[in-house]
Parts: sequence; structure tokens; C-alpha cells
Amino acid sequence: MTILLLLSFLSAIWVPYMPKILNKYKGSVLASLPLSVFILTLARGTGLTGMTSTSTTYEWIPQLGLNITWTFDGLSYLFLLLVSGIGTLILIYANEYMKHYPDKDRFYTFIMLFMASMMGLVLSGNLLVLFLFWELTSFTSFFLISFKHEYEKARQAALQSLLITVMGGLALFGGIILIGQMAGSFEIADLMEKSGEIKSHRLYVPALILVLAGVVTKSAQFPFHFWLPGAMQAPTPVSAYLHSATMVKAGIFLLARLNPVLGGTPQWMILVSLIGGLTMFIGAYLSLTQTDLKAILAYTTVSSLGTMVLLFGIDTQASIEAAVLFIIIHAFYKASLFMIAGMIDHKTGTRDVTLLGELWKPMPKTFIFASLALLSMAGLPPMLGFIGKELIYEAKIQVPDIAIILMILGVGSNIFMVWVSTMLGYRTFIEKAGGMPKPPNENGWRMLLGPFVLVLLSLFFGLYPASISGFVEPAISTILREPATVYLSLWHGFNQVLLLSILTVATGFSLFLLRKKIIPVLKKINSALFSIRFADVFNKLIIGFVSLSKKKTAVIQHGYHRFYLMTIFVAATVLIWFQIYYTRGWNVDVEYTRQPYYVIALVIIMMGASLITAIAKSRLTAIISMGVVGLGIALLYLIYSAVDLAITQILAETLTLVLFVLVLQKLPRFARLSSRKSRIRDAIIAVAAGSFMTILVLKSFHVNYNHPISDFYVRNSLPGGFGENVVNVILVDFRALDTLGEITVLSIAAFGVYSLVKLNKLKK
Amino acid sequence: MLALLVGVLSSTGVYLLLRRSVLKLVLGIIFLSNAVNLTIFIAAGLVQGKPVFVSEDAANPADMADPIPQALILTAIVISFGLVAFTLALKYKYFSLSDTDDLDELKELEE
Amino acid sequence: MKTIILQMALPYIRFILIFFSVITLFRGHNFPGGGFIGGLMASGAFIFQALAWDVNSSRKTLRTQPSVLIGSGLMMALLSAIPGILTGKPFLTGTWVKIPLFADHTLKLGTPLLFDIGVYFTVAGVVLMFIYTLMEEWQWK
Repeated sequence: MTILLLLSFLSAIWVPYMPKILNKYKGSVLASLPLSVFILTLARGTGLTGMTSTSTTYEWIPQLGLNITWTFDGLSYLFLLLVSGIGTLILIYANEYMKHYPDKDRFYTFIMLFMASMMGLVLSGNLLVLFLFWELTSFTSFFLISFKHEYEKARQAALQSLLITVMGGLALFGGIILIGQMAGSFEIADLMEKSGEIKSHRLYVPALILVLAGVVTKSAQFPFHFWLPGAMQAPTPVSAYLHSATMVKAGIFLLARLNPVLGGTPQWMILVSLIGGLTMFIGAYLSLTQTDLKAILAYTTVSSLGTMVLLFGIDTQASIEAAVLFIIIHAFYKASLFMIAGMIDHKTGTRDVTLLGELWKPMPKTFIFASLALLSMAGLPPMLGFIGKELIYEAKIQVPDIAIILMILGVGSNIFMVWVSTMLGYRTFIEKAGGMPKPPNENGWRMLLGPFVLVLLSLFFGLYPASISGFVEPAISTILREPATVYLSLWHGFNQVLLLSILTVATGFSLFLLRKKIIPVLKKINSALFSIRFADVFNKLIIGFVSLSKKKTAVIQHGYHRFYLMTIFVAATVLIWFQIYYTRGWNVDVEYTRQPYYVIALVIIMMGASLITAIAKSRLTAIISMGVVGLGIALLYLIYSAVDLAITQILAETLTLVLFVLVLQKLPRFARLSSRKSRIRDAIIAVAAGSFMTILVLKSFHVNYNHPISDFYVRNSLPGGFGENVVNVILVDFRALDTLGEITVLSIAAFGVYSLVKLNKLKK
Repeated sequence: MLALLVGVLSSTGVYLLLRRSVLKLVLGIIFLSNAVNLTIFIAAGLVQGKPVFVSEDAANPADMADPIPQALILTAIVISFGLVAFTLALKYKYFSLSDTDDLDELKELEE
Repeated sequence: MKTIILQMALPYIRFILIFFSVITLFRGHNFPGGGFIGGLMASGAFIFQALAWDVNSSRKTLRTQPSVLIGSGLMMALLSAIPGILTGKPFLTGTWVKIPLFADHTLKLGTPLLFDIGVYFTVAGVVLMFIYTLMEEWQWK
């Protein structure tokens, strides 16, 4: 598994370096990779019961509980099949679709990266690793959505989706850490064992909310649903892939993964199913008034995702069954519909349903596939979608408390789905055309392959539902953590559920027939109801945040160097004074007797020189008095037994003077730049700072100070370092690494000076 | 007494740092670094006339000045020299670009 | 600045400075001195020449670029770390070789000495780089 994943990542990097001959067939060539993953997975999956799971663990940072664990169980099996299978079809499709796009390499690189991270996501058995891949999908999808980066809209949409998913990712990370804190492990297998402990922990609710925030943003749930339609700016293969099998399913996957860990509590049920229900309804409703093919599909996607979330929220065996099945159904029909939408766009030059029409004549095959996929979406027999919808209804009826609300929402959104499906099919393929930019013709086999395979599968599974249970059963039992058998059939017998289905379809159709009257009304309602668009609110928030930080920066980073310094000094002075005051209990007794008279004389001279420097009007005076101070310090070092220091100080002082003399020739005189007021203010600050230094030094006498380290150095200098000058031995032997660092810094400074001056020359 | 000296030196340093003139800023840096060096030096305890040289026979650490601060300060002196040189070069560059010694004008230069 | 006295005295001053800087460098292990001080002194020799004549003549006497000095100095310091690593001790551990000379004198050679020489060259190079660059830019073109 690791090898396959690595291979996927590597192949992404390899894309730009592929031989030129393959240029035309890059997509198809790359498709072989997910195809092999698909086949391998299928081979490994035979005999998988769902209770078995194989995992491989590599220790990464065991101290942090961070292991790379690949878990292969029912759930990852199903998702891996979806990701790789649909990935194969999409790549073949993209080969044709992206033929005339510039920067194909970039596209393939990112889509391969995305695919690889998605596979990593579904395979990871450690929450932290899962999070890593989660973020990777966010980033790569950002690049995919912004693929047409020359368009403002695409950039905006990409940024929006990135911000939202990453924000959600952050929340998720918080949630993961909380879970890790509660359970003491990030391994999902361990977490499942400790599920009860986690659920009764007081941090359970915050963790749940944080994790859900991640799911909600990733899977475009209300109120963060708006990034998904925005993300339609991506090239169609991307939309098809991201929104059918992968990106948005990542959230669903996480729900499924963590269901055994976090699920089953009232909080889980209410939160998850409420979010899901609302999203389901709103998504379906909003899709009605769209005219862009891809936008319609996007909103229906939102709705379907809502359905899945809802089903995981209900959290009964039936609902999980329905959810898992629905994941497959949705992936099948949504991928094919997106691909078809892309083809139509490709061939006619528009995706606007008001312009499209009568496409069944020029594109008969496309029409057939599309109508089958739409049948599945509407949940009509004989497609797999029908079975799915039946199951969903069944699951909803079973919910104890909120069944009625869910029922209304569910039936309502399904009605909308039927309506939108028929409308979509009718308006694109049958209705009279509104004037298409390009005359349409039939698509090539590479483009048709995807929808063909998917629709065929959907039909096949619809007719022989028993054949699919081999795929869903392991997943379901993984989630439920008990063996599950699923009996699926087209005909459930005449019961409540069937009645509901009939009702749904009938209402949907009749609404469709009345659409000319209803749609304008809906549009009006929409413009009144949704005058606040979530996307706009979001954008405003972002803009507001940016301008806030700009203002803040302008206040703090005002650009006056000396005020920065002043802030530092004032803060330091105040804090240290406070500390001195706080610990004033110490006695400060000054021993004047310590210094002989020549030291006192020296000190007085130095203080005088220092004051002269401070107030000097002439540069020369200032520099000379500075020199006096420097030499005075050297003398002090000498007096107090620091010979090396004294020599160094003298030499450095001399060189500094030379430097200053050099500078003086080229620079202006001191100007009296500051006002009297500011000088007094600065003087006060300076005196305050200076006095705390004084006290600090006085106090330092009283620190009970023994020098074990120094003793060590002194003792070992001769035997260990073969030197009698301890200071030097410290520098070049004991602490040589520090010295090495220091001379490196010096060299950097030298090159800095050099480049500053020479670059200046170049400019001139 | 020496403590007072440190105080005066660091006050001078701070005062100079707060000036608008770049040259004074550089002077301020020198003063401050001197003051800090001296602080470390004094804090380690003053020992007169006993430099840290060990010979084969006598090595009693208690009698000697503390070598660690000396080593620290030695490097600090050289480093601050490098710092001063760098600041001077920066100042030169600044001056040749803006024709002024005034730090406040740095702001206008940016804008 | 171009005084004749300084110009005449320069060869001697230079010789003395360099000579003593080398001495300070090598005796640094036992007496005051060492790489930092030696380096500063050595650079002083060339700065005197630059002040007395000009940068070009100083550069000529130096025969190489200050940057080369810096680079070789750093290299030497790094090289001195290698024996320590090879013998499996911590980075930059000193390794010594004792070569017995006449009577009871022994010549002690060790990596810290090499390290100190590295410091010497680096410091000298750095200072010269400062001074040369600034001087060339401002005055003695």
C-alpha cells in the first residue's frame, strides 16, 4: 500500500518530464496507475468480511503517538475502489477534455497529487496522518480549482474553498487533538476500543463540534455550502472528480470512520442529522433556479451530501446501509453527469440550459447515458438510485424522535431532485434550443467511456442488487462494528416506503409540468429570501479581517524607528522597576572601599566623557569622548584581571574609531533634529533605564554566586585543553562551537557590508 | 561606583538610541554594548590582579577571576564591532539614498 | 592622512604588527592573546597601509581577497572539528598530538590551535573587508 501511494505521488512529479511522444496521451497513461490500484484493491478485497482489517504500521514520531498506519478494511476498501475507479475514468476523460488547454502538465500533476492524497486519506489508520492527507486534499484542490487562474472568478472561488476547508481543517485538528487527549492515542483502532470512554468524557462535546466543523466545511454542508458551487470554476474533470468521489466525500468518509468512535450519542444524532437535513433540503431547493448545468449539479451535490450526513446522523443500521449505498450511487451518477455536462460544454460552447436544447439528435449516445444517470439521480427504477432512495426512506421512517421533520425535509428534497432531474434532461436534450454558440456533434469514445461505464454499472447493480452487497457489506460492518448482511432488491413489496416514492415522483413530475409558473415565483422568493448571500457574507468577513489587520499594523508598525526603541525601553524599564520594587527586601549595601583611587578617577573621567557624548554638538567631540569611554573600559578590564579582554577592547576600539573617521568624511554634521520636549522625555527614559541597570549591578553583588562551571574549566584547562590561558581555552576548545558560530556571524556581517555598498554602486 | 558607571553608560546609550540621527544611533549601540559587557563583567565578581592563568602546580579556581564572563565578553566585543561596522554601512547606504541623517524620514522614504 | 612619516615607517610597522599578531596567536593558549586579538592586530597592519597609501597598495600587499581569508578561516575552524568526529567524540572535541622536542620541551599541536588559526584568519578577513569596502566607496578610490 505504501508503495502504491508513493508511486502515485511520484507519478505526479514525473508528469512534466514525461517523454514528448506521450504528450497526447498523458491522461490515459496516468490512468493506468489508479486502474492498477483499483484492480489490486479488488483483488485484496475478495473475501473481505468487514470485521477483518489489515493494518501496517510504521513508526514515525512515536513520542507524539504519530505512526503511519495503513488500515485496509471494509470502509477503506469501498472508498479506495471509488477513488481509484472513478479516477481512472476521469483521467481518460481528461485526456480528451484537456486536449486544448495550456499547462496540461500542471493539471495532471495536481490531479495525481490530489488522487494520491485522497487514497492516503482513506487508507490512513491514524488520525494525525489522516489529517495530513486531509489538508493535502485541501491544498491540491485549491490548485485544481484555480487552474484557470487568469480568471478572477476562478481565483476567488479557489481562495474561498481553500479558506473554508482549511478553517474547517484547523477545527478538525483541534478536535483530533482533543480526541487524542481523551483516549491517549491517535490510532483509530485504539480509539474504537476506547469509544465509551471518549463519549463519557467531558471534552466529548467540544471535540465532536470541532470534528463536525471539519466535516461540514469539507463536505460543503449548510451554512458553508457555498464554496462548492463556486468551485465549479475548475475544469470539468476536476469538478467531476472532486464532487463525485473525492474531496467532498472526504468529510463523509471521516463521519463514517469516526462513527464508531464518536457516534451513537444524542448529541451526535441531533447535530449531524440536523445539519445534514437542512443541507439536503436547501441544496435541492437552490438547484431549481440555477441555469448553469454545472451549478445545478453542484447544488444537487450539496443536497446529496446533506443526505449522507443526515443518514450518518440517524445512526441506525438501516441508515448506515442507506448511506453507504448512497455514497456509491451518488458517485456513479454525479461523476457521469458532470462528465456529460463537460462534454456538452465542450461541444456546444455553453452550459446554460436556457441556451441548450434538442441535443438528443446530434448526441444520441450522450443522451441515453445522461437520461439513465438522471433516472438514478431522481431515484427511479430500474437504476441503483431507486434502491438507494427506498433505503433512505426506510431509514428515515425508523428514526424515533425527529422522524416527521426529517421525513418532510427528505420527501421535499427528493421531490426537488425528481423535478430538477427531469428539468435538466428535458431542457438540455429535448426542448428547443435557445441558440448555442457551436453546432454540437457526438463525443469521442474517451469522453463517453466514463459515463458509459458508470451508468452501466448503476443499471447493472440496479437490476441485480445482490451483486453490490459484496462491496457495501464490509464497509457497513466496519462502521457498525458487527457483521452485517444487506438484502437489496428493486421490489420491496407494496409498503409505506413505496407509497412515499410514488408520491415523490408524482409530485416531482407535476411540479416539472408546472415549472413555467413556479420557477419565476421561486426566483422572486429567492431574491427576497436570500438577499444575503452566504458567499458575500463570507467575502466581507475576509475583507473586513484584512483591513482590520492592516489598521492594526499601521498603528503598531508606524515606521518611526526611535519609537519602536522607545517602546522597548519603556516596557523593559517599567517591568524591571516593578520587579525591583517587588523584591525590594534585599539590602543594597554599597562598598565604596573596594575601589582604589585610580579606579575612581577613571570612572569619573569615563562618566564625564559619556555625558559629553550624549550632548555633544560636534561629531568629532562625540566620537572622541566615546573613544575615551572605550579605552577606559579596557583599562578597567585590565585592572580587574581580564587581560585578553583589555587587549581586544583596545583593538576593537581603535578599529571602530578608524571606521568612524572614514564615515565622518562622507556624512553630514549632527543636526538638531529633536525638539526640546522630546529630548527631555528621552532623557527621562534614559535615566530611568540607566538607574535600573545600576541597581541591577548592585544587586548582582549579592547573588550568592558560585562558579562550578568556571571551576571545571579552570581545573581542566591544562590537563584537558593543554593551555594555561583559561579564557582562550574556553574559546577555542570547551566552547569552540560557540566561537565557530560567532566567526560565522562576523563573516556574514562582512559580506553584508560588502553587498550593501557594492549593490549601491550597481544601482548608480 | 562601577555600578553608577554602568548606569551612566547605559543612560547615554539609551538616550542616543532615541535620537533621530543615525550616527547617534550607532554611538548609542556602542555605549549600550559597552555597558552590558561591563555589567556581565561586574556581575561575575571583581578580582584584582589575578588573571586566569593556570600553571602546572597551582590551580585553585577560587583565587582567580571568573573566566566564563571574560570569554563571553571577548566575543561580544568583536561581535559588537561587526555590528557597528554593519550599521555604519547601512547608514551610509541610507544617507546616499535619502540625503539625510534623520531616521524619521525613513518612513517617508518607504511610502 | 598621507603623511610621509607614516609612509616611511609603514614597512616596519607592518612587519612588527604582523609578526606580533602571529606571536600573539600562537602564545594565546598560555598567555594573553589568541585568534581574536591576533586577527585584529594583523588587520591593523593592513589598515595602516591603506591609510598611509591607499587601499590598492594594501590589497597588493595582502595578495588575496579578504573574502578568501574569511572563507579559509572558516574552513580551518571547521576542519579542526573533523578529528573529533572521527574519533567519535562530540563535535569540535580537541585532539592533541604531542611531539617531543629537545630537553623537556614538547611541541603540542592540536585541533584547537587550528581552530584558533581559523579564527585569526576570519577576524582579519572580516575587519579588512569592512574597512576596504568602506574606504573604497568613500574616499580612496
